[in-house]
Amino acid sequence: MPFFCGHHLMDALLSSLSFVTLYGLSYGVVLFTISIGLVVTMGLMRVINMAHGAFAALGGYVAVSLMNAYSVPFAIAVPVAVIAVALFGVVIERLFYAHIYTASELDQVLLTVGLAYVAVAGLNLAFGPNVFPGQLPRLLTANVDIGIRTFQVYRLFLIAVGLLLVLVLWYVFDRTSFGARLRAAVDNRTMAQAIGIDVPKLFSLVFSVGCGLAALGGAIGYAILPLEPLYPFKYLVLVLIVVSLTGFGNIKPSVWVAIFVGVIDTACRLLFPSAGAFIIYAILIGLIIHKHAGFLSRRSSS
Amino acid sequence: MTARSELLERHSYNPIEALYWLLLIGTFFAFPNYLSIATTVVIMALFALSLDLVLGFAGIVTLGHAAYFGIGAYTAALLASGGWREPIIDAVLAGLASAGLALMIGPALLLLDGLPLIMVTMAVSAILFEAANKASWLTGGDDGLRDFSFLPVFGLFPWSVYGQTSYLYALGWLALLFVLVRRVVSSPFGVALQGIRENRARMRLIGSPVIGHLVRAYTLSAFMAGIAGAVHAQTNKFVSLEVLGIDTSVDVVVMLVLGGIGRLYGALIGAPIYILVKHFAAEWNPYHWMFIIGALLIVAVRFGYGGLLGILGRIEAWFARARGTRKP
Amino acid sequence: MTAALETFDLCKTFGALKVVDRVSLRLPQGARHALIGPNGAGKTTLVQLLSGVLRADSGRILLAGADITTSSQQRRVKQGLVRTFQVTNLFRGLSVLENVFLAVSERQGASRQMFAAAGRRRDLIERAEAIIEQLGLAGDRHRRISEIAYGQQRLVEIAVALSLDPKVLLLDEPAAGIPSRETSLLLDAVERLPPDIAILMIEHDMHVVRRFAREVSVLVGGRILMTGLPHEVMSSQEVHSVYLGQAGQKRFTAGVPHV
Repeated sequence: MPFFCGHHLMDALLSSLSFVTLYGLSYGVVLFTISIGLVVTMGLMRVINMAHGAFAALGGYVAVSLMNAYSVPFAIAVPVAVIAVALFGVVIERLFYAHIYTASELDQVLLTVGLAYVAVAGLNLAFGPNVFPGQLPRLLTANVDIGIRTFQVYRLFLIAVGLLLVLVLWYVFDRTSFGARLRAAVDNRTMAQAIGIDVPKLFSLVFSVGCGLAALGGAIGYAILPLEPLYPFKYLVLVLIVVSLTGFGNIKPSVWVAIFVGVIDTACRLLFPSAGAFIIYAILIGLIIHKHAGFLSRRSSS
Repeated sequence: MTARSELLERHSYNPIEALYWLLLIGTFFAFPNYLSIATTVVIMALFALSLDLVLGFAGIVTLGHAAYFGIGAYTAALLASGGWREPIIDAVLAGLASAGLALMIGPALLLLDGLPLIMVTMAVSAILFEAANKASWLTGGDDGLRDFSFLPVFGLFPWSVYGQTSYLYALGWLALLFVLVRRVVSSPFGVALQGIRENRARMRLIGSPVIGHLVRAYTLSAFMAGIAGAVHAQTNKFVSLEVLGIDTSVDVVVMLVLGGIGRLYGALIGAPIYILVKHFAAEWNPYHWMFIIGALLIVAVRFGYGGLLGILGRIEAWFARARGTRKP
Repeated sequence: MTAALETFDLCKTFGALKVVDRVSLRLPQGARHALIGPNGAGKTTLVQLLSGVLRADSGRILLAGADITTSSQQRRVKQGLVRTFQVTNLFRGLSVLENVFLAVSERQGASRQMFAAAGRRRDLIERAEAIIEQLGLAGDRHRRISEIAYGQQRLVEIAVALSLDPKVLLLDEPAAGIPSRETSLLLDAVERLPPDIAILMIEHDMHVVRRFAREVSVLVGGRILMTGLPHEVMSSQEVHSVYLGQAGQKRFTAGVPHV
């Protein structure tokens, strides 16, 4: 019978704790990067976009195929993919989304699910039905000892990207005139229009940024969320949960929500491997109902 | 005064409806080699009809209705494995199991609408999928359940190899539950559902128990979806995780959209179109099939409001105008 | 005799602002009471307190003697306190008959019936049609709300409210936003409402008030300035100076029924 002295137990605990923190954080960052684009576009345009995951997948596929086929370095492939998907997003926005901003929720869901299906079929046609393998640069696959245990540099890289992204987003939304116009339009679209903000142009621009962010998530996260044709649907539920817990257009809480989701999911998978993903779903359902229904019932009874 | 209230006339039958049912019966004699796919059509029509009750008539947008189909399918299969092999009671019990879950989660779930509602319905079915996947001692996990069989229907009709019994059995359930749904949507309760769909806040202010009505519709719908799932299990003698999958939830929404949402025959017409197209396209390549559904959805939203029945209705209205008469 | 609707010292404060300040009103059965007051007097807030959208900070509301101060909106409707809306709030995709049917069916407790055909409930349909007839909407009963004129939508609002068998009816600016020709149709309809219902009308338009009210209360700064017969109120110097000011003088003296 193994004898756990306090020292060993402490070590094991610290080791698990740091694992959950680091893996959860880095996973949360990828979720955040993909979700934040959707939080902003849904907040501004009030459109339920089930095809958002497709833009993340596209970002990942573009980046990895640039690296695989043309030996483009990771550091260049990722920004190229982000810009390409952002530009592609404008085209899609003008062609499809611009027509459904005032449609019913159901129509929005149907059209965007349709787009996601087309994306899945397209990815399969272009890249085949299996997981699309991509190598991380050697620098990122190296291990680093942070005292308690060793980790891949990749995990730390993701967290750094997340921090940087939060800073950039904070600066753009809180400190620039673009951010001010955007917040005005999220708060009150009619009013924004009345004070001379070109809303359709803003929509295109923001949609493009949202797609770019999704692409960034897909492109830096492919070692965590493997690329495959069904990618647009596979991670959609998690991303949409982050969005519905965050609420429309709230950028700040989305950081915490995404990281919370990432950490909890990682912790559950580690602590209760047999329970699988559904603990996180159960917690989230509870939270969503608490948040929205609590609000609704207070409103209706008062 | 020739105009009538469509909403208050839903109970009256139109002679043209007989044609639809005659076609289904005719299929039995005309295409004896295709009864297996015809059975699938009938089952999915029943599932789509259950969805229409909530999505079309009560305006509850759900992307997780497979939860109830799946529970019905697994319940039916497990009951049979456990020794209860009488098919009709088995199906009813499966429906009750689904209805039980709906009744449990409905009161909280139906307080939501919009994106949170869609999310929670998806998450609930995702949980069930995960649970069924993990509980392989019960559900067979990835391998599914297959070692079960049923007694003859009414003790008289054994389950034949060519699927005659399966087809007629499924058709019987569809006809029975269609009559039920028709009664429900034509009732004062059905009219109230329509009111909730139009303006939920106003319904509350005329004193309507909105959540109660929605829970009742949702539970009835789950019951029907459960029966559809049970019939699926009984006629295929096989249940796999697919019955709980998000694809199944989306498929059934697409069927309804293609046929026409909120119309009694929308589900019944959408299902055959969808399944026949899928059957032939999927033999070609399953991913190409996804392209076709995607394109159909985009076209349906952009141009084909009201599905096939909506388009037919508009053509009919156009002819009526062209004749210079008002549509009665 | 118990009043149909009675309030005692009703108060509502938003932050530092007393919007409704110790309002006491009494509507006997069959009352035709108008509540007037300048913008910002607290009329809307008072309607929201009465109908249950907002809760009073203090004071009591009695409906036929029963305390409803803390009841929900739904509960009040069930007990017979029904309102119409300033901006029409109807089932726009449904016809006039269907709108009224919904309310009748709910009131008669039929909406839980899941298996009987609504179209065969002649009793409900006839009741709905009688109410529609009463409001002069019979010719349009099969038209959708979105297809009829705004003035008619107002009438449908009243028809829906009537279907709920009110003991007390709150008409929240029923004439707002409709052309004057339709206003007189609306007032004709209001005059034909069952005499035993107590009606409280919140209204700006003095022509409407003169024609409708048997009693008028003036609300200023959240308080009842005075309550009295229409001509008393309208000739009161105090009301003129405090409420009407210069511009109001014109509106008041011009208040000759123009029908």
